Amino acid sequence: MMNTATCIECGATLNVPADVMMGEILPCADCGVELEVTNLTPLTVELAPQEMEDWGE
Amino acid sequence: MNIGILCSRVRVEEKLLFEAFEQLGVPTTRIDERTIAAQIGSYIPEVDVLLERSISANAGLVALQLFEAAGIPTVNTHHASETCADKIRTTIALARGGVPQPRTEIAFSTDAAFESIERLGYPVVIKPPVGSWGRLLARINDRDAAEAVLEHKEVLGGVNHQIFYIQEFIAKPGRDIRAFVIGTECICAIYRTSPHWITNTARGGIATNCPVTDEIADICRRAARAVSDGQGGLLALDLFEAPDGGLLVCEVNHTMEFRNSIATTGVNIPEHMARYVVEVAERRAVAL
Repeated sequence: MMNTATCIECGATLNVPADVMMGEILPCADCGVELEVTNLTPLTVELAPQEMEDWGE
Repeated sequence: MNIGILCSRVRVEEKLLFEAFEQLGVPTTRIDERTIAAQIGSYIPEVDVLLERSISANAGLVALQLFEAAGIPTVNTHHASETCADKIRTTIALARGGVPQPRTEIAFSTDAAFESIERLGYPVVIKPPVGSWGRLLARINDRDAAEAVLEHKEVLGGVNHQIFYIQEFIAKPGRDIRAFVIGTECICAIYRTSPHWITNTARGGIATNCPVTDEIADICRRAARAVSDGQGGLLALDLFEAPDGGLLVCEVNHTMEFRNSIATTGVNIPEHMARYVVEVAERRAVAL
């Protein structure tokens, strides 16, 4: 079952999988921005942090 | 038993790891490092072991120190992570362990860097000592390029770019090898093929299965021991096939990404990782 959220950059509707987790990154299919899930109930997204110099594996 | 998983950003890998623990019937607690406010000396996390999966190398290293100070075993250990997160430390550890690697020089000024580059011979590769995903690597083909890159680093780079990590360029056969190590044993490997000299899958390298030969298994074992005081861990090694036919260790990653390698190799990497973490927790329980 899919939930939905709204892209805070372009307003597009995002389909969100039922097993979505806090901190998961959802790319917006319309504008390409990365959104981070910051709350599950209600489902809330914010712009994800930009890549930092020490990010990686 | 409760497994703590430290992560802020939940990548595909973290979701697969949570699922792997769930399939083993082992409870997990997600710990977002952005929520930690630890009082030194009285910070007691309610987990039996910590699996460190932070996307930030700095945050991961600090968190590992906090958890180890609280007596919680960690995967990877702070020592192994600190060694892998910094290419200079990695190079020193591999050299100490007698593990083959590209010739590498460290220089503390642009003048000294020129000396190193001329000694190694063109082309060379300059890398930031801390960094991942092929970010800010520079292949230097001649003196003109060296002058440009070194001046840019000196003028525009931060403090981390004022010490130069310079490596001989290895003429790879259009690919390198990413080998996955659990403990000290290589469980699977992929070729990363690209027409570009940077072959990271994050930079477009194509993954195909690479059979684990005795030579790959041996160099993985030696490298894993070298960076971890012999303990091993959950590590991903980047290997080069040198023109003389030997293998060289290019780098060792301590929070490995593996999404492109499960179907490619047919090996359930997250399950192997989860089982290893559970073993670490069980060893601790026996010791107590």
